[in-house]
Amino acid sequence: MPPRIHTDKCNGCEGRAESFCEEACPGDLMAVDVAAGKAYCRSTLDCWDCMSCTKACPRAAIETRIPYQLGYHKATLRPIMGKKQITWKCVDIHGNETTYKYRNRLDT
Amino acid sequence: MANIPAPRATRKLPASLADVETVVVDCDLLIIGGGNAGCFVAVEAKKLDPDCKVVIMEKAEIMRSGATAAGMDAINTYIPPGKTPEDLVRWSRAQVGGGPLREDLALSNARELNEAVDDLERWGLPILRNPDGSIKYRGKWDISIHGEQLKPIMAEKAVENAEVYNRVAGTALLMDQGRCVGAMGLGVRDGKFYVFRAKATVCSTGGAGTLYKSYTADSTDCGSQIWMCPYCVGSGYAMGFRQGAELSSLEQRWVATRTKDFCGPVDTISVGYKAPIINCKGEKVMARYQHLGGDAAPRFIRANAPMEEWLQGRGPTYCDTRGMAPELAHAMMCDYLNERPSFVLFLASRGQDPVKQPIEIFGSDPYIMGGHTMGGFWVDLARMTTVPGLFAAGETAGGNPNKFVGGCAAEGKLAARGAHAYMSGLELPGLDQAQVEAEKARVFAPLLRGKDFDGVRPREMKERLQRLMDEYAGGSSQFYRTNEERLDYALTHIAMLQSQFGFLKASDLHELMQANETMDRVDVAEAVVHHLKARRETRWAGWQTRMDYPERDDTNFDCFVETRRDPATGEVTAFTRPYEQLVPGDRYTA
Repeated sequence: MPPRIHTDKCNGCEGRAESFCEEACPGDLMAVDVAAGKAYCRSTLDCWDCMSCTKACPRAAIETRIPYQLGYHKATLRPIMGKKQITWKCVDIHGNETTYKYRNRLDT
Repeated sequence: MANIPAPRATRKLPASLADVETVVVDCDLLIIGGGNAGCFVAVEAKKLDPDCKVVIMEKAEIMRSGATAAGMDAINTYIPPGKTPEDLVRWSRAQVGGGPLREDLALSNARELNEAVDDLERWGLPILRNPDGSIKYRGKWDISIHGEQLKPIMAEKAVENAEVYNRVAGTALLMDQGRCVGAMGLGVRDGKFYVFRAKATVCSTGGAGTLYKSYTADSTDCGSQIWMCPYCVGSGYAMGFRQGAELSSLEQRWVATRTKDFCGPVDTISVGYKAPIINCKGEKVMARYQHLGGDAAPRFIRANAPMEEWLQGRGPTYCDTRGMAPELAHAMMCDYLNERPSFVLFLASRGQDPVKQPIEIFGSDPYIMGGHTMGGFWVDLARMTTVPGLFAAGETAGGNPNKFVGGCAAEGKLAARGAHAYMSGLELPGLDQAQVEAEKARVFAPLLRGKDFDGVRPREMKERLQRLMDEYAGGSSQFYRTNEERLDYALTHIAMLQSQFGFLKASDLHELMQANETMDRVDVAEAVVHHLKARRETRWAGWQTRMDYPERDDTNFDCFVETRRDPATGEVTAFTRPYEQLVPGDRYTA
């Protein structure tokens, strides 16, 4: 069921013409329900699980979840975007957490 | 220059064609698709002529669009000290079983390659280096990168050099007396119809995924967990093909060994971390292919090997990562996070530690990708297709396999130079209103059939096509095998689908885009089937397997298979072109 929106955290990127997730999605799958002020995925079936929306969300309100048909309940992978580095926190179905951190941009 | 943002999807849908606004944009050079190749076209074009007005028509938003949206973990080709462009061509030739391949294109690409990769590093892409500062190779030709930001790094440079129209999906070329003079497209957020007039046009829309059903496609949430970007559906091929541009070598489909159940890269483990491919008995699979190079066997042999194990009752198959040093395993997971981050989540969802359990592998669904294998437009050295004014770069340009990220970047530069030379002295012709109106009517028709219209959803037609291709045109459920009768069956049903385009209906702009994409898929699938039919031999088992012609036939098929669609009648004809060896040496080894 990729991606899942944590509606308690999502504010639909209030004030922006386009929310960060709907800007980022390469498949044009993210949209904002104007009445509710929350983002949603218009078709999870078409999601590539590229995590572009998850990375783009400034409120960490989007979680990419592997469809149950492919992977068991439940693991999480959270990207934390720095200016020139990225940190990933991964928790597997047994509760084991692993952190990965590295540079993703050089100084230019 | 500017990155023109797309608005939020409009709720106001047109009731008739008269409600659809047409936007006409004039430029010198139009780039369809701001991906890996397209971004480099923009930068090079501006370098050649700072006054050149460059426009990019981009289906998504350029910072995260196309096949590199999720990131990348390696540049698969970068010529190391002591090796030459000719050596790279010899390797590429051996990887495709001795060819045929376009050695003229391959050589020109190889000569441009390292400079393009150096550009990426100068723009901020972390390329991993040894303690002495030299570039760290993970295999013979491929280098490791931390490419999570690869796409935004390229896109930022493109935006400095071009006007980017985001969320405009290309649907057709704009033609003037047999010459391409731009392209048209659907504004998938604003509902407008875009006409870009250009002196030269580069098609860099990526390859075609989603023509075939993926074995992981279920009816709920997993329809697109494929390896190739599922939003690259072959629209570029379709646009050119419908106007008579010749397609080359589509039968050499890209099929690769990928992680099973969640299509991630495998070279990362098998090449990068030397994990051997094993079967259910623990036997090293590539040992069976020692006479063909073993672990260094051509790519299609390596792709097909695990599938052969399954067929022979020796599956499942794995990449044996057990016992890997923990710091290596950590580095491998970082590689995955850079290219296919959700694969790390998949492993966590299986509760799997690769150091303790091997990673399962299987064959992917087939893709058409001229940056990996050879399927794409027939182009000349300037990268112009057989339609004057239409150039191709990256996955859309055929005949030149094993380009990958660096090669697509290099080819973007070559296409920009070709386009630059072509457009000198050219003027834009007058706008053909009738052509614009006809295409606008075709594109918007599925939205204008009325809410009570008893029609067909784009998804229904897409899934019909995908199952047809999977079962009859050599998909993964058939272990990539097909025969003449199955291909004829596929053509019969593809013609049925084409005759039913008039039943497609869309309820919003997103679905309208999908309706147009599905028509493109069907037209490209028709070309693929003609290619598979015309090559009556088996040259690259897995990529192209004919059960009725199981042997390689050098007498008749050591050549390129081509197709052309008559723009007036829609009739597709297949023919061949000769192979020319330019780089001396044994074709089958490197």
